[in-house]
Amino acid sequence: MAQIALVEAVNLALARAMADDPDVVVLGQDVGRDGGVFRATLGLLEKFGSERVIDTPLAENLIVGMSIGMAAEGLKPVAEIQFSGFSYTTIDQILNHAGRMRHRTRGRLSCPLVVRTPCGAGIHPPEHHSESPDAMFAHIPGIRVVYPSSPKRAYGLLLAAIRDPDPVVFLEPTRLYRLFKEEVNDNAEALALDVCFTLREGSDITLVTWGAMVYETLQVADELSEQGIAAEVIDVATLKPIDFDTILASVAKTGRCVVVTEAPRHCSIASEIAATLAENGLLTLLAPVQRITAPDVVVPLPRLEHHYLPGKRQILAAVKKSLEFA
Amino acid sequence: MTTVASFQIEYLQFLDPHGKVVAPLPAFAQDPAALIALYKAMVLMRTYDAKAIALQRTGQLGTYASLLGKEAVEAGVGAAMSKDDVLFCTYRENGVQIMRGVTMRELFLYWGGDERGSDFAGPRRDFPICITIASQCLHAVGVGYAIKLRREPRVAVCMLGDGATSKGDFYESINAAGAWRLPVVFVVTNNQWAISVSRKTQTAAQTLAQKALAAGFDGVQVDGNDVIAVHHAVRETLAKARSGGGPTLIEAVTYRLADHTTADDASRYRPAEEVAAAWQREPVLRLRHYLTDTGAWNKAHEEELLRQCNDQVQAAAQAYLDTPAPAPDQMFDHLYATLPAAYAAQRAAVHASSQEVRAKIDKP
Repeated sequence: MAQIALVEAVNLALARAMADDPDVVVLGQDVGRDGGVFRATLGLLEKFGSERVIDTPLAENLIVGMSIGMAAEGLKPVAEIQFSGFSYTTIDQILNHAGRMRHRTRGRLSCPLVVRTPCGAGIHPPEHHSESPDAMFAHIPGIRVVYPSSPKRAYGLLLAAIRDPDPVVFLEPTRLYRLFKEEVNDNAEALALDVCFTLREGSDITLVTWGAMVYETLQVADELSEQGIAAEVIDVATLKPIDFDTILASVAKTGRCVVVTEAPRHCSIASEIAATLAENGLLTLLAPVQRITAPDVVVPLPRLEHHYLPGKRQILAAVKKSLEFA
Repeated sequence: MTTVASFQIEYLQFLDPHGKVVAPLPAFAQDPAALIALYKAMVLMRTYDAKAIALQRTGQLGTYASLLGKEAVEAGVGAAMSKDDVLFCTYRENGVQIMRGVTMRELFLYWGGDERGSDFAGPRRDFPICITIASQCLHAVGVGYAIKLRREPRVAVCMLGDGATSKGDFYESINAAGAWRLPVVFVVTNNQWAISVSRKTQTAAQTLAQKALAAGFDGVQVDGNDVIAVHHAVRETLAKARSGGGPTLIEAVTYRLADHTTADDASRYRPAEEVAAAWQREPVLRLRHYLTDTGAWNKAHEEELLRQCNDQVQAAAQAYLDTPAPAPDQMFDHLYATLPAAYAAQRAAVHASSQEVRAKIDKP
């Protein structure tokens, strides 16, 4: 087993899916000869040919719109949108068609497609390359939104997304693409969708997060552990639908919860989780649920980026506040 | 300066507005039976259309978009397509759908507000009616790509209106269809009006057909009130696409004789004289003139056809009216292949709420 980075795990899963199922095609801008701007599709063109690894014209809406046609004809398109900031023009197709084709035809046509896109801030890029549209996508009926946070989960969840019979928006944490490596077994085994992953068990407080913020949250849990505080860390992983049972059960055990996201606060997934805890877990809470989020501003350009992204300091402060609550 | 590109757009017409032959008829049109079949299809869709409006006006159908004036485009396309081709259509193409085997009961169900109307028993691969303008063009490109990848002798037929050719979806689609030489035929019905915006206001382009040239494939303009011209053009371009010749765009020039929908009042924005003049060019009468002049059709035929069409349409309308609404919690049935556990409670809540409403109705 090789130690690989998250973006390499994405590549490994794509190659595995294409080898196992001739209906899987990969399409997007620069996914062929160039191997993708992040190299997520590196080597696929050479292995599977230009009919299945498709360099498209430069039109995001086309990439997702044609994926819907392909999917309805029985192909399994995996579309790449270069950055999530370029995905907004595709929302018409995802919302008005991909998410409702099965419903509006009473199951006659469906859209087993995946839209992959790098997501989140922290790589010091130009404007539009640091967006976190997870809540926007999660508001769309009929789709799944999946957001892995490690090479292993990227591999297993991407395989699951490709095999899923419904449309999946697959957000990839750009900041983690090459931040760390872990062993990934190319065993073609998919991970379960629609469930949270409890990455660390603990009885004192529940830290709920997803995407790149899982990285900092785990570091916080380590530091807390040194102080004798046992934090339970939950990676939500599938953001639509959310496995609230796991979150509620954990908070029932710890009585305290901090939700961590790098997306802006207003109408965020953190808000949905906090609301659900208030609705269904209020009597188990020993302290108010806290949300650590980005502020409700436009993502700043790189010079102020580190003031925008929440980090360990904010998470630790929230944990302290929660633990000190009477 | 040198000229690096120049273009011309051809216009195809066989019958003038009086049904007189103005160009040598294509081979298929030498056979009266073929023309009578087209005529019957046009009369059936016009009968269906009138019934749909009547149902809407009497509160038995939702908002409806009339196809009046567009019968030649629809019959010309519908008769040219093979069973295994895939149709992409807007809300104004029920006529093509009927010819594809979508039942009028299904169409009434659709307009009556029931998703089951898009679960076509006939053409299972055809896409449902697309309301968001031009967005279906991208789906046609995807289907065209899949067909080409699998080397199948099928074609994606994408219908759209004049207003749709202003949208990015349209340009992205024709560009990709041209770049990959896909088996996609775009049929643009230019009925002169996109709700209240006239064709002249819509674009400075002299024709809509010429937009195809920018994407690297042929565009042709046809008299959209001449079913022989439409059918001939579609047949030829389908054959070309089927044999690997790539996409074509057909601009069918016609006129929207009705309001945009039953919720519209076109007298607010277009002169009555323009509409009256358009009635002089309308497609159904034009073919009837030709058929009558050549002795292939007479009053008795006409009366018999109208009776048959009425019977068929009445039966479909009754079948629609007799179809009970689905159970409320069926709105969850096809949201996903399998409803995620997270939504079980919401489904149960909708069911419980509907039972309460029912209880109230049962015991006022």
